[in-house]
Amino acid sequence: MGAPTVKIAVCIKRTPDSESRFRIASSGIAIDEAGLKFDIDDFAGYAVEAALQINEKGGGGETVIVAVGPDSVQESLRKAMSMGADRAVQLKADSVPADGLAVAKALAAELKDGGYDLILFGKHAFDTSAGVVGTATAELLGLPCVTAVSQLDVANGRGSARRELEGAAELVEFPLPAVVTIDEGVARPRYPSLKGIMAAKKKPLESKPAQLGAVRVTVQKAELPPERPAGRIIGEGAAAVPELVRLLQNEAKVL
Amino acid sequence: MANVLVFAETRGNALRKVALEAVTAARALADASGGGEVHAIVAGPPGVGAAAQQLGAHGADVVYVVEHAGLSSFERESIAATVAERAKQGGYRAVLLGFSTQGRDLGPRLAAKLDAPIASDVTEISVAGDAIVAKHPGYANKVIVTLTLSGSLVVLTVRPGAYTPKEAPHSARTESIQPAVDPSAARVVVKQVVEGAKGRPDLGEAPIIIAGGRGLKAADNFKLVEELADAFGNAAVGATRAVTDDGWRPHSDQIGQTGRQVSPQLYVAVGISGAIQHLAGMRTSKTIVAINKDKDAPIFKVADYGIVGDVLEVVPALTTAVKAARASH
Repeated sequence: MGAPTVKIAVCIKRTPDSESRFRIASSGIAIDEAGLKFDIDDFAGYAVEAALQINEKGGGGETVIVAVGPDSVQESLRKAMSMGADRAVQLKADSVPADGLAVAKALAAELKDGGYDLILFGKHAFDTSAGVVGTATAELLGLPCVTAVSQLDVANGRGSARRELEGAAELVEFPLPAVVTIDEGVARPRYPSLKGIMAAKKKPLESKPAQLGAVRVTVQKAELPPERPAGRIIGEGAAAVPELVRLLQNEAKVL
Repeated sequence: MANVLVFAETRGNALRKVALEAVTAARALADASGGGEVHAIVAGPPGVGAAAQQLGAHGADVVYVVEHAGLSSFERESIAATVAERAKQGGYRAVLLGFSTQGRDLGPRLAAKLDAPIASDVTEISVAGDAIVAKHPGYANKVIVTLTLSGSLVVLTVRPGAYTPKEAPHSARTESIQPAVDPSAARVVVKQVVEGAKGRPDLGEAPIIIAGGRGLKAADNFKLVEELADAFGNAAVGATRAVTDDGWRPHSDQIGQTGRQVSPQLYVAVGISGAIQHLAGMRTSKTIVAINKDKDAPIFKVADYGIVGDVLEVVPALTTAVKAARASH
């Protein structure tokens, strides 16, 4: 027998394309989703790829994708399976609440008896940009947690990771089972192959209600940030430098 | 009346700027909640307690000092357990932290341990009856969301730079406490801390950032960016994703949607075209200067002051002019 196989859960979120131009919905508490393109969130995509690579390297193992959300999230779960994940679980909810701890409770309830060696998340999702769910899930499960890792290795029941700090980096080790949240740098997500897409149609996708519990963080208002005043070109080439210095001193007062 | 607890982040036994920003935010929240006290907790190796005075000067009434030889690196499990234990005992209205690498890690741990709702990366905090209201720029700063948090205790992580540290002299009473969990029992073990380039402020703390892009044409020309940062004296150096992907600069220097998000007083974009992902990381800067040879580059749409020209010519001239301007006062 080779190295022990690893059972991995990857928790993903479905978010709108970050390059979109956003509008506020008439409700005033959400973005207008009309015309937006949704996909697996960038960081969650790195986490899916990291899981697939760990299991490809180790041979065997299982990669299970989990997401909270309405039925539209099934498309993202299928995509992760077309990349190579084995099966998927939808924790069904009308929407994903702004309360990260409530989401973590739903995920922890699903994951706790799953026998996972490793549970991966993106370091945060583009939409809420909060980074709460992965770490809170780890705490609820009582598992060691390493956040925002840019390198991850798993071998012989232990993990090692690199985390970027402000102006430094940290190298850590931890026992499995563990929760790790993924920064970019770990792995670029692969594109699903045609064969993968066909195979994914037959892979199991289980759907069950999300046990969110009380939601205590709600959106009261969503608005677009004030526009910056239109840009101003003050001149061309090195000849414009004296004017720039004058403006930095007298107008912006930063010099 | 309600008290507020702050986790005051340190590195090498010095307070980080986010700690003073969080204390300032906590002072404002305590005052808005009917004049409660601000309690700070600082944890590190022996000697870290010296930070208490500075915390008092910014409005802390009590400083809990956790000194332990095992806390010389970021012992996340022990620190989270210790702060949570204090929060449980103290009957606080809120626990505040900076939204730094440490605060991002600790905040959700505390929320789960305390079963308290959390809002991350907030820029404004207010009180509305029984609820706490927090503003948070989501969607990579493209949508500002106002969140209502119910519950008697909430956790808030504060965006670096959103609050300016303000002196509010209090003679803080200090109290020594023990770690709730022995740091040596941690499951996540820090094997090594790799220090980055020395002698420059961090991107999140610097009032001025000079950032370079592909327009510099070669890794070697990044020294022009370094020299301009040196001329300003208190500037950090950043880069676009294209530059960090090419290995001209370390990944940790990347400013943008998937890298650091910064709002300095002055942001100088050198040879940066201004892809939307880069703008997401710097568009909240107070003053933006752009130097680029393409007059149609999107960076000029957000630049307060743009110069169209070859960065290899304009930047050295600017470096000389900045040095001269600083020498004359």
